[in-house]
Amino acid sequence: MVPTVPPAVSPHRRPPRGTVRAYFRNIRLALSTAFDGMSVTMSYMFRRPLTIQYPDKIDKPVQEMLPESYRGVLEVDMDRCTVCLQCQKICPLGCINIESCKNPETGNREVTKFDIDIGLCMYCGLCAETCNFDALDHTREFEATVTTPDQMILHFVEKPREVTKLKAAEMPVRKHKGSILQKMIPAFGRRHPQEVWTPTAYAAAPVPALKAPTATPKPAAPVASAAPSAADSPTPEQAP
Amino acid sequence: MNIMHYLADLLVRSLFKADPATWPYTWIAYAVVIGVGALLAFAFVAIFAGPVTWIERRIAGRIQSRIGPNRNGPQGCLQWLADGIKCWLKEDLVPATADKPLYLAAPYLVFTGMFGAFVVLPFGAHVIAADLNVGLLYILAVTSLVVVGLLMAGWGSNSKWALFGGVRSAAQLVSYEVPSAFSLMAVVLMAGTLSTQGIVGAQGGWPWQWFVFRNPFLFAAFIMYFISAIAEGNRTPFDLPEAESEIIAGYNIEYSGMRFLFFLFAEWANMWIMAAVATLAFLGGWQIPGISPERIAEAKGWTFVGWQALSFAIFVFKGTCLVFTIIQIRWTLPRLRVDQLMITCWKYLVPLSMGSATGVLLLMALVREGGIVDWVMRGAMLLVGLLVAGAYIRKVRATFMADRDNYKKMEGRDLWYPPYRLP
Repeated sequence: MVPTVPPAVSPHRRPPRGTVRAYFRNIRLALSTAFDGMSVTMSYMFRRPLTIQYPDKIDKPVQEMLPESYRGVLEVDMDRCTVCLQCQKICPLGCINIESCKNPETGNREVTKFDIDIGLCMYCGLCAETCNFDALDHTREFEATVTTPDQMILHFVEKPREVTKLKAAEMPVRKHKGSILQKMIPAFGRRHPQEVWTPTAYAAAPVPALKAPTATPKPAAPVASAAPSAADSPTPEQAP
Repeated sequence: MNIMHYLADLLVRSLFKADPATWPYTWIAYAVVIGVGALLAFAFVAIFAGPVTWIERRIAGRIQSRIGPNRNGPQGCLQWLADGIKCWLKEDLVPATADKPLYLAAPYLVFTGMFGAFVVLPFGAHVIAADLNVGLLYILAVTSLVVVGLLMAGWGSNSKWALFGGVRSAAQLVSYEVPSAFSLMAVVLMAGTLSTQGIVGAQGGWPWQWFVFRNPFLFAAFIMYFISAIAEGNRTPFDLPEAESEIIAGYNIEYSGMRFLFFLFAEWANMWIMAAVATLAFLGGWQIPGISPERIAEAKGWTFVGWQALSFAIFVFKGTCLVFTIIQIRWTLPRLRVDQLMITCWKYLVPLSMGSATGVLLLMALVREGGIVDWVMRGAMLLVGLLVAGAYIRKVRATFMADRDNYKKMEGRDLWYPPYRLP
């Protein structure tokens, strides 16, 4: 409202034409613009706030409100994983650690370790891009808080298990994204705050339901004698 | 009759069975009643200033499509207590190079300046600490003490920002006192008295008896008083002393803990004072529609108490509406520049408020009160007020409706979410 008033002139001369008009126009503008602004802010008193009141006052979990392409914590569906090691090779940080060996009894390839260090992961999505079988993918899980640092390493293989020989089209349907992760880490986020997971409890935890459609083969002798946790098992021969 | 005077006399008469006029210890009863009155006023300030901080934050939240603090207590209503306790527990820092006595005394001066005004605020028909015959002048004078406090805070902190803030604040307060005094002068001319109760008594309960709708000049004076009161209270859009974009926090930048709290406390208490002065001077104060002050004074027993409570409620209601407007203005208008601030005061408000005071004088000389011209003027001004209110509601509705359908299409939910629905 101010700059429209022309600069002052000599008192001996008449003020330039329009000065008085500009003065009163400024008053009118000040009042009318304040009036407009006030009505806009008042109308917001009757509008729905945009805030999503995470974590408690929400209709559905925030995970379901996120877009499908959200890059959250990684998850592997072991029923579809062929242990091709593409993800391990492409990971720039080396946060994926896969080990497999041949079972001397059955002669089948078995995966003994599929660890993802989510503390190291930078959520670039290269592993998910490179996975040909839609086994490794980002979920919409983002509440990755754990109570101890070693819980940040996710063990997707607890017991050595046979690698699938099926073709991509014959494989079981990809499990709902996030369902495997939610079973694996009950301490994830705030959904189960009553359970505090210690490293021992984690190691002794029941294996998540990751049963292959075929009968579970007997594990190899050196692996079977090891601790139930795949992370503690002695390293067998590296798969090619 | 003043309610405190009456209560003190009642105390002497009933408790000590003595005549207050002759009893030698009457002054003790008066002192006790004054102390209790001051405590009550202090409690009102505390109870008002505290929750208003929370209410302001909730309103600010809704205006910005947020929610605001709603975690601490039911709907966050204990947030102000948490903030206050936090400030009390903080360390009271004094900068090493500060002028210590000035630095330490400044918050109390600011607070005293604000609190002093409560003495003459007429909360109800007889609910007033002291009905001074120079009431309005007293308010203007005692709130000027704040300037001294702010300058002391700015100077005593020995910090550039604090000094800038203090000097700006002083310049602003001194400048804006001129238009606010002229606007109030128009009211004083109409009422013929400076006493706050006298000014309220010169008006009536109905809107057409209020000074704001008496004539166009008083209507303008009301708007100008409101603007300059906001400026005197250092509220947005005139909060240059605290402009965080230029001087980080202004005069209170070096303060911490309880002393900092006192500045904020004074700011919110001042918000009530300006709303209360505007109410008593222009909006009829505590006047109950249809009940004359004489009838209240003559009432006995519970009727008397009831009238007092009703008048108190009316005064607080009007004041709260104005406080809400002040809050809304804060979250609507952007801050003015320093030169714009001074131009607004000296080029616009000062001449216009002088003009309005002169206009009121002219009308008083030319128009007989209660005559046909007077009533036509009152009706016309009331019509103007109603039209402005109607246009406001229409505009609010139009702004809302402009976005309603798009919101429904995008979100699948209704945009309508009234303020009483607390998320």
